[in-house]
Amino acid sequence: MDIPGHTLQRDKKGVKARLKNFAASVPLIGWFLGFMGAVLVEYFLGDLISYYLGLPKIPVLFGFLTVLKRPLLIPGTVGYLLVVYGLPILIISKFLQKPANKLAGFLAKGPVTIAALVHLGLFYAALHLWADLSDYRLLVLKLTMIAIMLTLSINVINGYMGEFSCSHPGFMALGAYTASTITLLLFANDKQFGDALLPEALGPYLFPLVLIAGGIAAALGALVIAVPSFRTRGDYLAIISLAFLFIVKSLIENLEFVGGPRGMSSQPHYSTLPMVFIVMVLCIWIINNFVRSTMGKALNAVRDNELAAESMTVNTRKTKIITFMFGAFWAGVAGGLFAHVLRYVNPGSFGIQRLAEILAMVYFGGLNSVTGSIVGAVSINILSEALRPLEIYKWIIIPLLLILVMLFRPTGLIAFTEFKPKELMKPRQKSLEG
Amino acid sequence: MALLQVDNMTHYFGGLRAVHNYNLILEPGHIVGLIGPNGAGKTTIFNLISGIHTPTEGNIELDGNSLIGLQPHEIAARGLGRTFQNLLLWRHMTVLEHVKMACYSQLGYGIWGAFFGSRFCHQEEKRLTAKAMHLLEIFDVGHFRSQLAVSLPYGAQRRVEMARAMATNPKVLFLDEPTAGMTPDELNRMISIIRKIHAEFDVAIFLIEHRLKFVMELCERIQTLVFGEVIAEGTPEETKNNPQVIEAYLGREDIH
Repeated sequence: MDIPGHTLQRDKKGVKARLKNFAASVPLIGWFLGFMGAVLVEYFLGDLISYYLGLPKIPVLFGFLTVLKRPLLIPGTVGYLLVVYGLPILIISKFLQKPANKLAGFLAKGPVTIAALVHLGLFYAALHLWADLSDYRLLVLKLTMIAIMLTLSINVINGYMGEFSCSHPGFMALGAYTASTITLLLFANDKQFGDALLPEALGPYLFPLVLIAGGIAAALGALVIAVPSFRTRGDYLAIISLAFLFIVKSLIENLEFVGGPRGMSSQPHYSTLPMVFIVMVLCIWIINNFVRSTMGKALNAVRDNELAAESMTVNTRKTKIITFMFGAFWAGVAGGLFAHVLRYVNPGSFGIQRLAEILAMVYFGGLNSVTGSIVGAVSINILSEALRPLEIYKWIIIPLLLILVMLFRPTGLIAFTEFKPKELMKPRQKSLEG
Repeated sequence: MALLQVDNMTHYFGGLRAVHNYNLILEPGHIVGLIGPNGAGKTTIFNLISGIHTPTEGNIELDGNSLIGLQPHEIAARGLGRTFQNLLLWRHMTVLEHVKMACYSQLGYGIWGAFFGSRFCHQEEKRLTAKAMHLLEIFDVGHFRSQLAVSLPYGAQRRVEMARAMATNPKVLFLDEPTAGMTPDELNRMISIIRKIHAEFDVAIFLIEHRLKFVMELCERIQTLVFGEVIAEGTPEETKNNPQVIEAYLGREDIH
């Protein structure tokens, strides 16, 4: 009697185990190749496939928007996702499993930098093609990358150092306004700042310096908070940094030369996809280097026990101030990019709602973890875009999700892990069980 | 000249006089013990010397340089390592990270090296890992290297904490009740470990302890502290037979 059930159970287990086995035996580059393949399929055949599946156009964000607006299109959308993404990724990673492993093995022998560049290049190429299909996709992708930078930089302060800082949107605003002012002043003919002072052609090349200036402005703002508040711990910083957020916001609202509450617009189009991608990769790389070094581990020591850290020769005050400025710097850089992605900023975009978004991304993804920050930023960002048709209900679903995560994993999805690029890129030997 | 010298140190917490006219001379290579009833101010003296509190009056010199007004991390970097009575380990850090962390002042690279992961930074990290592993082997906790320190058995946690203190390259090591909560077996092991580091690292040791067996066996000189004042100082033999010490600390029964 129970034999059929038993075999079914075993079959199910077998399939699951085999899938797991398969997933574990494909190196990262194999997945990237699969993704590239899927993107190519969509690029060349996307219109055709969506036509045959009865969809009005290519589903831009994995079909969430289409499905939520017109539920009848669910089968078509699911079919599209399977044909365009599921199948190519599976087939390509299956067929290229051996060569991909060989390639990964070859890359692992050389310097890490080259391996990383190859991976990133391939990934970027795929993303570029993917975003090429729709402007909306491109915008979401850029904003997601900026969200990753914001999440990671606040994770350094709230996760690694264990302080509770609420002023991240303020730092972002400082960066955004500083960068916008500089580009409008130097490279654009603007009604507020007059003619461009430098030739416009120089703009894109000097844009990284502009971003750094924005970051430095944010870091100086952080110094203003850090000096008085780091003598105490805990709630005080939260309160002071929240106050700082409001001070920055009302300061900008009342500064007429940056447009006051109307904001600034017509920033030049400098935040291109490659620019955002490169800055994001640099941000991840630098923050990851820092938090993995002994100097960066000092943050954890300060968080877990400041007295012990101090007695073990760690200059805790300096560590805290530098880290706070470091986190603020990257928030400023992200703000500068943000202003040039939307090509419009106003004080309203740096309020308490932005703070809630950033905090949700950090705590959802996981404290003290680079991987967690990336996962949190991508999932919350994509989700909040995808649920846009639900309008106000979006703000019920996302917090609900956050509550569930907090209930079952209080420190976030992927907390307290180290992000090791070398491990990630290494070849996966096919397991002997087959 | 004395390695560590404390002259007429007095400290008030508000109106409470916690330590009064405290003097200490610690010669290189000596082991001195500090005993006294609970609340006598033993840990306060540790905290005063290691810079966590600044004494109201008095002077502290390490190797002829005054320590007054220095931050605790500066004092630690000058060669004063310490452990804590209630094991201040870092919750989310592995054993190896604990010991490497204590080498913070010996890091050769700066903040930019850490940001950009310079070659020199990686070399330094390797050097510190080797040093930390050597220390962990000495304290017999090398096999725990990648475990979280707080997940270890109690005795091992104590040894990790001592390894961490030794990683700061101390000239003077302060041990705050190194045997608190230990079984007799672990106690004997701790005695041999302290002897070993004393011999191997040529470090002077100043320790707080409640167990007389431990103090009598290890220390060359013992100070007895009662209500913030030293009432007796001498060899273990002298201390054991001092009537004042017996009355204040060991208990009156011995006399009758």
